[in-house]
Amino acid sequence: AALKDGLRSQVSAALKEGRVTPTELCRRCLALIKSTKFLNAYITVAEETALKQAEESEERYKRGQPLGILDGIPISVKDNFNTAGIETTCASNMLKGYISPYNATVVQKLLDQGAVLLGKTNLDEFAMGSGSTDGVFGPVRNPWSYSKQYKEKSVLKSHSEDEESDWVITGGSSGGSAAAVSSFTCFAALGSDTGGSTRNPAAHCGVVGLKPTYGLISRHGLIPLVNSMDVPGILTRCVDDAAVLLGSLAGHDPKDSTTVQDDFKPFELPNLTDVSKLSIGIPKEYHAPGLSSEILALWSKAADLFKNAGAKVVEVSLPHTRYSIVCYHVLCTAEVASNMARFDGLEYGHRSDMKDSTESMYAATRREGFNDVVRGRILSGNYFLLKQNYEKYFVKAQKVRRLIANDFVKVFRSGVDILLTPTTLSDAAPYTEFIQEDNRTRSAQDDILTQAANMAGLPAINVPTALSERGLPVGLQFIGRSFQEKQLLSVAKWFEKQVQFPVIQLEEVKRHDKGVFQHQKSASFS
Amino acid sequence: QKVSVEVLDHLEHLALVDFRDLEGVERLQKAIQFADQLHEVNTDGVEPMDSVLEDRCLYLREDDVTEGNCTKELMENAREKVEEYFVAPPGNIPLLKLEERETFLPGS
Repeated sequence: AALKDGLRSQVSAALKEGRVTPTELCRRCLALIKSTKFLNAYITVAEETALKQAEESEERYKRGQPLGILDGIPISVKDNFNTAGIETTCASNMLKGYISPYNATVVQKLLDQGAVLLGKTNLDEFAMGSGSTDGVFGPVRNPWSYSKQYKEKSVLKSHSEDEESDWVITGGSSGGSAAAVSSFTCFAALGSDTGGSTRNPAAHCGVVGLKPTYGLISRHGLIPLVNSMDVPGILTRCVDDAAVLLGSLAGHDPKDSTTVQDDFKPFELPNLTDVSKLSIGIPKEYHAPGLSSEILALWSKAADLFKNAGAKVVEVSLPHTRYSIVCYHVLCTAEVASNMARFDGLEYGHRSDMKDSTESMYAATRREGFNDVVRGRILSGNYFLLKQNYEKYFVKAQKVRRLIANDFVKVFRSGVDILLTPTTLSDAAPYTEFIQEDNRTRSAQDDILTQAANMAGLPAINVPTALSERGLPVGLQFIGRSFQEKQLLSVAKWFEKQVQFPVIQLEEVKRHDKGVFQHQKSASFS
Repeated sequence: QKVSVEVLDHLEHLALVDFRDLEGVERLQKAIQFADQLHEVNTDGVEPMDSVLEDRCLYLREDDVTEGNCTKELMENAREKVEEYFVAPPGNIPLLKLEERETFLPGS
């Protein structure tokens, strides 16, 4: 089995038939993590516990009693999910050294199915950002920076020194997870999505990024950013795998009262051949300023693809789209101001040496523990929540939120099944270019196409579509109706099959791990 | 219009984080400017939305003890503790006033 195989079709079968063992798989992934260390995708690698989990899985396979399709499968988790006994930092000084005393529900579910937890992935500090560049452990590098496809296309000015500074970002904030999946170090990874944090890096790293409906997957143990919008995100190499992960994670959790009580039944995705009964909506406002002509063309091509296959493709309008990012800015900072209040150094996390008074200790701890981005959002949030500003900003934003959510309701009510939009405005930017603008500006620009789905709580998925002129991945986004993940994923899977997105040809890694890339074939495994 | 020093100071007290430098204050100014775009939207007669799940009832579970007794694990992450207590510096001492503390914000 090659490391880039799809879960359902290949690796699970290989494990069941004994063609590869869980410990072999685990060891290969760990070795690959080591040889791709320069990507900085991982903050913590849980080597010992992973091998132990792999051994236990192996025992189960030997007895012919695997727990399920995920038994023995190496996965990684974004470092803002609590993992018992493993450091959880949120890429912040505030939580350096914090060893979680419990597993987030989604982590527990994966472990209960026998998944092997390889480690915790890198992110923007406290998931605030769209580049995975603002964490205390440094930025994550997009594996595609080291791909044959990118190198062939990049104009080399002078050799080795520029190669080092040429690398592109992963997008964020779940950049580490996206890079981990993209570079084959794991088969699936958990991210989080509040404004696009799973779909954005998925698009830039050429992987599938699923944002489930709000309320479908438990947030218990996910260190919160915006309680009314956060969801755990799923990153995989193909849509079928995302369905598998969704199946094992979705469902009511008594520990998270914002999960709905509806019965959730895991599903296997049909192999859609006939899309003629579908109505695809193309929201015109997603032709946002700054959208690259390349992506615009790709979007158009995708719409034609559906049209030619017999689907009904209509232009629709979501008139409040351009306010979604402003609305998000206010609601996010307000909820952040509240959520970050728990970090005071008293019960966990960093604590300052300041002893003069409780308040001065809190202030010093927070001054030392948070970076500029986090502090900035806390202060802005507090400003919008001041008595004199509350109605004007916070409540106003909540009203605009309803208008945004209603836009979607109207469109779906008019007969549209799925919306098709770009995920990002352009392909991944070089790091040196990205950091020229500050975090808030970048987030405002980059979240524009993904944010509204969080506002309305709708499910959305990025499907890698094609390579840009620079040889970097570009993805397109599908947005579905609430709790209609089966339909959303079925359409996404059909689309994935049509576009046949190329497999990444990692050069640097080839030097270290020759055995891995035996078959150079399309990434479509359905 | 610019945010007054009084409000900046008030925010530092409420948030217990500091602006640190002029850039921090500028950041706030820009954030407010950005948020002001909201006022272009007509929201007459629109109810504020707290949650996308507003049409559903919040789940309340039975008041049964299902877990707990984890004092030891919870205490492990605290830096200063004595037996089963988290130790805090003396309370009820307000943060120093603007003029009295080290801050880059000009004293009023």
